Amino acid sequence: MKKMTILSPTAILGYGFPMESFEKGMAKKPDVIAVDAGSTDPGPYYLGSGKSFTDRKAVKRDLNIMIKAALKDDIPVIVGTAGGSGAKSHLEWCGDIVREIAVEEKLKFKLALIDADIDINLVEEKLDKGLITPLHPVKQLTKEEIKQTTNIVAQMGIEPMVKALNEGANVILAGRAYDPTSFAALAAKHKMNLGLALHLGKILECAAIASTPGSGSDCMIGYLYEDCFEIEPLNPIRKCTTLSVAAHTLYEKTNPYILPGPGGTLDLTDTTFEQVTENMVKVSGTKFIPSENYTIKLEGAKLIGYRTISIAGTRDAIMIKEIDNIIEAVNERVEDNFIGQLDDYRLNISVYGKNGVMGQLETIKDITGHEVGIIIEAVAKTQDEANTICSFARSTMLHYGYNGRVATAGNLAFPYSPSDFKAGEVYNFSMYHVMEIDDPLELFPIYYEQLGG
Amino acid sequence: MNIKLIDVAEVIRSKNAGPYELTFDIIFKEWSMFDIFVEHKLITKSLIAGLYGIKEVQVMNIIEFEPAKAIKATIERPMASGDIGETDVYGAQQHAPLLSLEFNVPI
Repeated sequence: MKKMTILSPTAILGYGFPMESFEKGMAKKPDVIAVDAGSTDPGPYYLGSGKSFTDRKAVKRDLNIMIKAALKDDIPVIVGTAGGSGAKSHLEWCGDIVREIAVEEKLKFKLALIDADIDINLVEEKLDKGLITPLHPVKQLTKEEIKQTTNIVAQMGIEPMVKALNEGANVILAGRAYDPTSFAALAAKHKMNLGLALHLGKILECAAIASTPGSGSDCMIGYLYEDCFEIEPLNPIRKCTTLSVAAHTLYEKTNPYILPGPGGTLDLTDTTFEQVTENMVKVSGTKFIPSENYTIKLEGAKLIGYRTISIAGTRDAIMIKEIDNIIEAVNERVEDNFIGQLDDYRLNISVYGKNGVMGQLETIKDITGHEVGIIIEAVAKTQDEANTICSFARSTMLHYGYNGRVATAGNLAFPYSPSDFKAGEVYNFSMYHVMEIDDPLELFPIYYEQLGG
Repeated sequence: MNIKLIDVAEVIRSKNAGPYELTFDIIFKEWSMFDIFVEHKLITKSLIAGLYGIKEVQVMNIIEFEPAKAIKATIERPMASGDIGETDVYGAQQHAPLLSLEFNVPI
């Protein structure tokens, strides 16, 4: 193919887009509609729990419009990292939405679901063979940690999506996938320049965020040629400038010149950005350098307990001055009260107005404001235990007789009743490692369903 | 010449680069200013380490990205995104110390 047109409706499936922008995009006769549906950014909870960080109604709205338009023009829809984190439950969640749309809209098409869950036994085996490497600054995996991980996924490369396209899928829902893949898969099927296709994918995966003024909920379109690609927003209020596009290449990356991915690295050392029209930018020179061994990135999260929090504030200058001592005393009192009964918990009292935002990275030690916000957080092995610790810390802090205290009726202002909130399961990231594999397709099985008719 | 970073930068931001790293982007308004910062190596590992109270080895790199008139720095997160006690899951509010940076440049 000499030219391929790729429409990216929105930065994350479910973030929405104006119909007008989408229709303008469809008028450009795209060859594929692609969207990224996930990220690790919202934290470990969503991967660990198997829930989506996006809203079902919003995801259904976006998919409904995309699928209907694509089927009408006989072009594929490709969704990467379905359901937000791309584990099996996320993929099924998104699959159910697509099945619902097929029934409600009386549509007939072939759906492909690509699984990205990785079997625990395989991870152990690869660890034994020395084929798993931690990504700096993560530590090497232990077998215990592997066993505790509730969901393990790997970022698939482009190959499983290309296979699904070759096998005639109209709608492809992929589990965890390297972000650019859904945008570059059709180009890879037609053997176009992979470096340029993936770089274009890197920009399109955030849709109009790479334009100015940027937006996560508006469309962007890319045109891939043999020796370059061009990119433009579809809303007349936005423009792509060399700066907005180049700046996006920096975003969330450690090194913008060298971008590692499954099976190789994108090399931007010789990349140039050129302004072609007032709102369109041309990019050339990006290369894909295949690696000697095909590696994929593993992501995993494990359950570490249950959380209860209490939110409060104080405006008392004497209390604010004493806040560090008060927190220390509350910690000691809680520990002492439950010693031998409830030892395995974490109590964390953070002070907004001091270092609530930056924590350990905060270098300003003094509190200069007239009031501070306080969050009492307890994490324990069960929800009941977390409730106990939070409740006891809250009542202790409320009535603690600190040094110089004048206001003896209570130390905290609670904005809500009840004052304590059960926040449920707490997960943390337990896996962020690369694993060598033999075949880019072997760990990502594809399941097909013929919907409608 | 005394230069306040906030006066010469169009964008100063922080964000996760994966759950274990924080990356800072400084995008300049003018090429001339980007060139001065690059020429005099004003953004260094020791400067970033000092701003965040961390060791220099925890500053992974400082990269000048010419196509975007940008200099970026990446540090190891003291805690992974979402760990207990961690304060900024997206890492999007860790840029503040950069806002008050000032430099004295001999030009």
